[in-house]
Amino acid sequence: MALKDYKDIIHRCFRCGYCKFTSDYSYLGFNCPVYNKVRLESYSPGGMMWLIYAALIKEELKPSKHLSEILYSCTMCRNCSQQCKFQFNEDIVNILKAAREEMVEKQLTPPMVGQFLTNVYDYGNPYREQKQNRDNWAENTEIKQYEKGDEFLYYVGCVGSYDTVSQKAARALGSVLLKSDLSFGILGNREICDGNEVDMLGEKGLFEFLKEENTQTFKELGVKKIVTLSPHSYNALKNNYSNEFEVFHYTQLLRDLIKSNKLDVSGGFKAKVTYHDPCFLGRYNNEYDAPREILTAIPGIELIEMERTKENSFCCGGGCGNFYTDILGSGQNSPSRVRVREAHDTGASILAVSCPVCLMMLEDALKAEGLENELAIKDISEIVNEALL
Amino acid sequence: MDIYSSLVDIVGEDFVSNQEEELYIYSRDSGAQQPRKADYVVVPKTVEDVQQIVKLANKEKVPITPMGGGLTLSGLAVPINGGIVLDMKRMDRIIEVNEKSRYAVLEAGVTQGALHSHLEKNYSHLEHSMPDAPPMATIVGNVVIQGHGHLSVSCGINSQMVNGMEVVLPTGEVCKLGSCAVSPYWFSRDPLPDIMGLFIGWFGTTGIITKVSLQLFPKPKFRDLLTFASDDLDLLPDFIFDITQLNLMDNLFIISQEWPPWAQGILYVPIISAQDEEEFELKIKLHKKLLRKYEGKITLVEGKHAEKMRAARLPVPPVTLGVMAADAKQGGGFEYTGGIVPIEKVPEVSSRSVEIAHKYGQPYLLGYQLLTGGHSMMCGLAYCLNRADGEDVEKVRKALDETSKMILDVGGVLWKAEAPAQSLMMQRMDPNTVKLMKRVMKALDPNAIMNPGNWSD
Repeated sequence: MALKDYKDIIHRCFRCGYCKFTSDYSYLGFNCPVYNKVRLESYSPGGMMWLIYAALIKEELKPSKHLSEILYSCTMCRNCSQQCKFQFNEDIVNILKAAREEMVEKQLTPPMVGQFLTNVYDYGNPYREQKQNRDNWAENTEIKQYEKGDEFLYYVGCVGSYDTVSQKAARALGSVLLKSDLSFGILGNREICDGNEVDMLGEKGLFEFLKEENTQTFKELGVKKIVTLSPHSYNALKNNYSNEFEVFHYTQLLRDLIKSNKLDVSGGFKAKVTYHDPCFLGRYNNEYDAPREILTAIPGIELIEMERTKENSFCCGGGCGNFYTDILGSGQNSPSRVRVREAHDTGASILAVSCPVCLMMLEDALKAEGLENELAIKDISEIVNEALL
Repeated sequence: MDIYSSLVDIVGEDFVSNQEEELYIYSRDSGAQQPRKADYVVVPKTVEDVQQIVKLANKEKVPITPMGGGLTLSGLAVPINGGIVLDMKRMDRIIEVNEKSRYAVLEAGVTQGALHSHLEKNYSHLEHSMPDAPPMATIVGNVVIQGHGHLSVSCGINSQMVNGMEVVLPTGEVCKLGSCAVSPYWFSRDPLPDIMGLFIGWFGTTGIITKVSLQLFPKPKFRDLLTFASDDLDLLPDFIFDITQLNLMDNLFIISQEWPPWAQGILYVPIISAQDEEEFELKIKLHKKLLRKYEGKITLVEGKHAEKMRAARLPVPPVTLGVMAADAKQGGGFEYTGGIVPIEKVPEVSSRSVEIAHKYGQPYLLGYQLLTGGHSMMCGLAYCLNRADGEDVEKVRKALDETSKMILDVGGVLWKAEAPAQSLMMQRMDPNTVKLMKRVMKALDPNAIMNPGNWSD
């Protein structure tokens, strides 16, 4: 929906502030990652609603670069929608997305956002990497290209394909799938960005283009079922593409394979593990159980929850392209560093994730916190791969 | 060096803004008052930051408006004469909880939600008196405005629960008040000259509270509410007297609102708690027994309406009723006149409030809370407003003004009054009291930099 379609809703926000908390008002800090770092009311969800109304509906303020910085600092983690007590809570992130569409139209996006979008348009990924290098991560593995008749398309996404930290997860999941009896393949150089972040950043036209291109490729290859490495891809393909494809996040698939004894994890993994819920798997798609069911099925794992967990999980700060645009910035109170400290406080030796964006963000934060000798970040795909007999 | 650069020198670039977007947000709240423009927004982290900002403001003769949650709805944290808005919420440490003497020492930015959560997690047998406001409201903000909490009947109002405080004076010195002034412990306000009163109820015109010690209370194991309904307003003072003579309640709400229809009469909602089941059941029984005297005139509400009331009023912190009522007009605005009145005046306040609301085309929305064991009643005479509709906001502003005058006419005083309503009180105040207030303000704040325009006639 366009921003004008929300004009009778935007001003209903009272800036009462429930949106900044967890459901139990955790004293660890505010659960809005942007407000928790910036601490100016203008950067809270309510502040953003009021500014959107003032600048883009009522025209009391001139849309500016600073407004754009504020609106694009949000990772769209959806904590605000989860915690807001009002009937319009579901619209908060949609309103922000619609406001970003206006900023794109007015050519007021921050430079790094512009660069992100241009790179996706030109290269099919935000990193400005060559398309032919997209499947370099799969070199020296037995992971093959998708062929007609394969049961699953393994959709890797931009971060798993190009980011060196996240490529470990891409390879680990590939390895796990190879050890199962499933027939699957990747798109290789035919894969392009799923568009989840592009959509959230307000570049509607580019998102539609990516959606059409990907959909056409899927159809040409006869794809019926897709398993994604990234919850971001899962969200886009499941909720914003046509419903012709059955889409799974990999934790859902692995959980089912383990339950049906098609994957044998009895090799075990001896560690205290805490698990970080990715926003696009948890709050966007209500999948909190599959990753935990995998972890608890692996002998040797003691699962310890962080204080902020499931629907109260604290975002890593990487959503909506922030992993690239870095508008939220670094520093001690950057969301990923806050989250790593919280994981460390549990006494776990492993912080498990199920998202390549979270993996890279938290890995960087671990180094910044100097906790590499006390805590390791691992994707669940890596843990399963190590536990397979 | 200009003011902006000096502020950056004190707190760092990330925590100062003079950009239009921040100024817009800090220049208004969700109430009906006119926006008033701030010039700078500053977010300090330490008491030293606050001291330096105050010294700079004195040097430059720039006003400072301290802000907690910014949820007074009456514009008390919106600067009247521009200058610096000092957002205190980054000073957010819970410094100490003294379990045995039952107090918590907190920085000024600690929210109601954060303290509630900290106690739940670490001292689940203790609680603080939680106001009806959203959990983003700060403890210190609530103290400054003399707010009320869910223990207002049994333990008093929240500003009475302060054992001690640290204050940055308008001239930049830091003072400790209460037992902490002479001892390492923040356990008592008495027996010392009660200087803390110089900073409570003054809306930041006399200094900036940077720490408080707040009393904690035993958290009950059993807690419930009863809902009594009546259509007879004239019975109210006698019934309040009788129910408070029992001296068994934590809190008492009285609700009368146009929507939903079942709440149009008078609903009495006593909150009752106990540590022991037998004691709890006896308290419930005694409250129900009281109805015999009012047979047919005040009745016990049971069934779905009682459950709705339970869902709305029982949680600590409250989550539903206030919030949903505020959205009745779907307009993102809400303000109320908080009239604190003698109990025998409540019927008159109620009937006149309904008349005023209807005169301005507003539904009536009355929510009362009994204070301090039954010595006075806070009458929240609320109006929802549509921020998108200037005419509606103006109507509500007029209704609030008329309601404030009515409260003063019946002999009440105004709680956390907006600046125009403060002036109304000053005009009726004993002239020597006005002079005394001015002398106090002048003595503490010679350059009149602290939230000027408040407590002004």
